[in-house]
Amino acid sequence: MTRILKGMLFATTVLAPAGLVATEAAAQTANLTIESWRNDDLPIWQQKIIPAFEAKNPGIKVTFAPMAPTEYNSAVNAKLEAGTAGDLITCRPFDLSLAMFQKGQLAALTDLSGMSNFSDTAKSAWTTDDGKTTFCVPMASVIHGFIYNKKAFQEAGVQVPKTEDEFFAVLEKFKKGGTYIPMAMGTKDQWEAATMGYYNIGPNYWKGEEGRKALIAGSQKLTDAAWVEPYKTLAKWKPYLGDGFEAQTYPDSQNLFTLGRAAIYPAGSWEIAPFKAQADFEMGAFPPPVKKAGDTCYISDHNDIGLGMNAKGKNPEAAKKFLAWVASPEFAELYANALPGFFSLNSTAVKMNDALAQEFVSWRQNCKPTIRPSAAIVGRGKPNLDLEMWRVSANVINGTQTPEQAAAETQKGLDSWYKPAK
Amino acid sequence: MSDTEIADIEPVPVKRPTRWHIAVFLAPAFLVYTAVMILPLIETLRLSLFNMIEGRLAFVGFDNFARLFSDPRLSTDFWNALKNNVIFFIIHMLVQNPVGIAIAAMLSVPNLRFAAFYRSAIFVPTLLSFVIVGFIWKLILSPIWGIAPNMMDWVGLKWAFAPWLGKPETALVTVSLISVWQYVGIPMMLIYAALLNIPEEVLEAAECDGITGWSQFWKIKLPLILPSIGIVSVLTFVGNFNAFDLIYTVQGALAGPNGATDILGTLLYRTFFGFQNQMGDRSMGATIAAVMFLIILAGVSLYLFVIQRRMRRYQF
Repeated sequence: MTRILKGMLFATTVLAPAGLVATEAAAQTANLTIESWRNDDLPIWQQKIIPAFEAKNPGIKVTFAPMAPTEYNSAVNAKLEAGTAGDLITCRPFDLSLAMFQKGQLAALTDLSGMSNFSDTAKSAWTTDDGKTTFCVPMASVIHGFIYNKKAFQEAGVQVPKTEDEFFAVLEKFKKGGTYIPMAMGTKDQWEAATMGYYNIGPNYWKGEEGRKALIAGSQKLTDAAWVEPYKTLAKWKPYLGDGFEAQTYPDSQNLFTLGRAAIYPAGSWEIAPFKAQADFEMGAFPPPVKKAGDTCYISDHNDIGLGMNAKGKNPEAAKKFLAWVASPEFAELYANALPGFFSLNSTAVKMNDALAQEFVSWRQNCKPTIRPSAAIVGRGKPNLDLEMWRVSANVINGTQTPEQAAAETQKGLDSWYKPAK
Repeated sequence: MSDTEIADIEPVPVKRPTRWHIAVFLAPAFLVYTAVMILPLIETLRLSLFNMIEGRLAFVGFDNFARLFSDPRLSTDFWNALKNNVIFFIIHMLVQNPVGIAIAAMLSVPNLRFAAFYRSAIFVPTLLSFVIVGFIWKLILSPIWGIAPNMMDWVGLKWAFAPWLGKPETALVTVSLISVWQYVGIPMMLIYAALLNIPEEVLEAAECDGITGWSQFWKIKLPLILPSIGIVSVLTFVGNFNAFDLIYTVQGALAGPNGATDILGTLLYRTFFGFQNQMGDRSMGATIAAVMFLIILAGVSLYLFVIQRRMRRYQF
């Protein structure tokens, strides 16, 4: 009994409007706190980005306060409601931040100096549906693809696969060879199966933006062939994942690859920096293979991270100064190079030094970019489409659900609340 | 004798001064307990009757409960969690408590060597943080880095190893057994204490009547420790229906695979606090918490008013 009571106590105290207002005695220095889910990036913010800003803006002290990614959305919401959130809020793309703006928690930033440095596409993730107001400064996008172990590819004498058949031939060869696990991915944490699986290879099937917009318009359904096919391909991955992949977590997969035990890693570009630090072999990357040679390729180039301002923040002037700096080309270059794999959305071309990051970005020239299908508009309701896709993608790879069942289930969930505009 | 007789015999009691000190001594505990236990409980129950309507918290009566049981998705989740929770409890009752009783019975055998050592060793996991227990077992059972596959290989059982935590069929049983491993010390200690309380004379009398060994355990000791077993069962029941921590550390808040290890605690957490892109819904969370409270209340009342009253107690 005590445990439930303790849980309730915890819930009520955390969520009760906290009466504590931080006493900011130092009137001259404005303290800014950045709420973020990027706890991996803490050292980079503390050592590179914040000092660069503080050197130019004496009198403003910035603190980067990250928390666990899965808890970020609800925690930051609770903080905003209770009035204890920091001045700067890292923005998830699309529907989540939009909801915060509509509740009046995020300030409009349309007139911020430096906003003109971004294209409409870049701003789309943090702009109201009517396109009039932007409420977060776009920071970076991430691109999905596959990272591979160059040494393993040389040993096996295989080329980078361009088509799906080649892709499975490469996997088969590694499986026969036995030295390497063909592909490092697990389904225990579920999100990998969707984010690195379904969202990664899917755009080639539903033709990127075309399919995504058709889904929003209601002219396509998740049960259409274009949306079921990627599940079928995912189901074929099963034999090439390591032994016991059902219990393999995300860090397990990362370690398997960086220790050189796996040949291919279905990735997002955010892996580049940590992989560079861990792996002592050469890495390359390839975009999701297309069906037939010569097909147009589509990649998931997802606006992933922005920075907004707490509408009820205590230091709006200082926060605006910081945001204007975030919108500057100077920040773009600093950020893109400190965190290779987070690609700047700034219109000014950014010089990147990292070869692997350049490889990822080079796909933008030939392939058509799109964003994750569950992010915008169809991701607003309950059940949350993103979470549903995590679950069914993991089920499909585990073989506990057929691709058709998975598709039908997500469509049923979507139908329960989403009525496309006719 | 009856009450009236007493009243007749006893003189009118002397009026004593009001005993203020009792209230003074009780006050700190009472106030703290009220502030940190009773008020939050009442607040949670109250919140379950309210919901956000157009941005404002409004009284909705039992609407939340109706929605929890009628909304196809919510009710599926809820019944799945309840079913898993019942299985979780049954496994504890079938494994943890009998094993605890068996260990206690063995420990209470006189002249057992290293009894103190075994007693402490078996009790230690109970004292460990669930975070440590969850993490250790996750590592042991990991198909990649774990020692379980290797150790099973040494004894030729490699074929029997599977990624238990990742398979929907086995995940719940595995997590339950981890929990059993952690908490088996509690029934052991309680039963052990009860066994030590049995007077020597009773056992000697039994021996004179020729009841020794197994039949002594079944016929003499077990009936005498039944009240303790009852208490242990209630503790297990309450603990299991409030469980959350171990599942959260081992399987995450999604309690995968495919909700196979989702119990009421994890469902409450996800609903109340939200998870990833799903926002927290406090009213629905409070509703689930209220239902959990009622389930536990029902279980405990059943024990207190039905079972405990029929239990025979022996006074020595």
